[in-house]
Amino acid sequence: MQPILELCNVGYTYHTTAGETVALKDISFSVNPGEFISIVGPSGCGKSTLLNIIAGLLPLSQGELLINGMSRDDYKEPVGYMLQKDHLLEWRTIYRNITLGLEIQKKLTEDAKRNIDSMLKTYGLDDFRNSYPRHLSGGMRQRAALIRTLALSPELLLLDEPFSALDYQTRLNVADDIGNIIKQQGISTILVTHDLSEAISMADRVFVLSARPGTLKAEFPIDLSVTPRTPRTSRNAPEFRNYFNAIWKEVDNEHS
Amino acid sequence: MNTAKSYFKSKKKNQAIPTNISPAQAAFLRKQRNTRLQIRGIQWLIFIVFLILWEITAHYEIINSFIFCSPSVIAKCFWEMLQGGTLFKHIGITLLETIISFAIVILGSIFIAILLWWNPKLSKIVEPYMVILNSLPKSALAPILIVWLGANYKTIIVCAISVAVFGSILNIYTGFVTVESDKLKLIQTLGGTRLDCLRLVVIPASLENILSVMKVNIGLCLVGVIIGEFLAARAGLGYLIIYGSQVFTCVRK
Repeated sequence: MQPILELCNVGYTYHTTAGETVALKDISFSVNPGEFISIVGPSGCGKSTLLNIIAGLLPLSQGELLINGMSRDDYKEPVGYMLQKDHLLEWRTIYRNITLGLEIQKKLTEDAKRNIDSMLKTYGLDDFRNSYPRHLSGGMRQRAALIRTLALSPELLLLDEPFSALDYQTRLNVADDIGNIIKQQGISTILVTHDLSEAISMADRVFVLSARPGTLKAEFPIDLSVTPRTPRTSRNAPEFRNYFNAIWKEVDNEHS
Repeated sequence: MNTAKSYFKSKKKNQAIPTNISPAQAAFLRKQRNTRLQIRGIQWLIFIVFLILWEITAHYEIINSFIFCSPSVIAKCFWEMLQGGTLFKHIGITLLETIISFAIVILGSIFIAILLWWNPKLSKIVEPYMVILNSLPKSALAPILIVWLGANYKTIIVCAISVAVFGSILNIYTGFVTVESDKLKLIQTLGGTRLDCLRLVVIPASLENILSVMKVNIGLCLVGVIIGEFLAARAGLGYLIIYGSQVFTCVRK
């Protein structure tokens, strides 16, 4: 099976007038189709930089990166990217926010519209398609942002702390919702987060990055004995605590 | 533009008050209305008391009625000029000049602000010049304008534009660059170009700012037109003012 994403010795250095900062060094890993990867690490370890490189927002200056076996420049399909806040445009209705990406790519076909309609129904936003974002709760807004991302049918989805702007209870619910949606659609996903429980509850594998310069320090395949496995049920799995403690130890070492 | 309009409209619609309300809510609304009426009433009261005081003090020569005139004399003069049709002519000319310069200022400054946003290097280069030009006393330019363009409407309009345009560019540009950078990142993640950023995020997000810049500018353009008319006009409100002061009549007899 060909991995959807392969990184080989990827590094990144920021240049400012004050000097240069090595943000990432020698990052190598691969992601299989349909796999969910969580990346945790201390703040400033270059997690977001890594996502920006994969998304093509930052140029790849060191190492090699292949998406579906193609180099970043040759891979023309959109890579889904969800940011910390939903960034719904306040002057557009929910429906027109969701079609934003398709409009930009000039791919707003009848098929795409049907796909959006069915996602709106499935994820409980159909009644709000003509509402403006400010009428929606934080959880609904984040779901709308996810549909906007999924409307482009990405093969690879990047989540940059997408729940951190939500209050705790909403956060659990939305993580559960979104985790299930992603599983259903079978999209390969990389989640970057500070929240270890969140990382474990959603992931097939958890990567730990070291403090700056960020290097891949440890990898934990997550195998939980619960069925069905959802982010919510995962938290009740007997092994959950062991994973949490093991990963916490790795991350905590970085702080001291 | 259409969507932006409906966005503002729907904002208003949501403020509609429901019909079935509790007595406490009714009392609250009544109190709110009374406060509003009170404020409006006091505003009028201040205006009327001011006019009466002015009239009385002028009438009894407590203030110099030659310099300060009085409301009744002004009203009489206003009425006479209205009947003679001269007032409308002067107001019309000033208004026309204001609107022309206003339109040029707004369209021009949006265009230049877009250029500056598009090219950050250019904006860094011209920034100090903008600040200097904005703080330059524009009436100092007037003599040059008269010699260059002649004592006519061109001078007046250029004068009005020079008063308003630099501040307008700076304000609109500032509005453009303060648009949340993550919103632009969003457009990039959706595969959008810089033009998409401009069209889908920067301009719609700046509409309210542009509107408030327009409100300030209509006033500034009027000021600029009056300054221009002081110097170069044969008609218009500025001309009337300068004419009146030169013949030492604060009221046109």
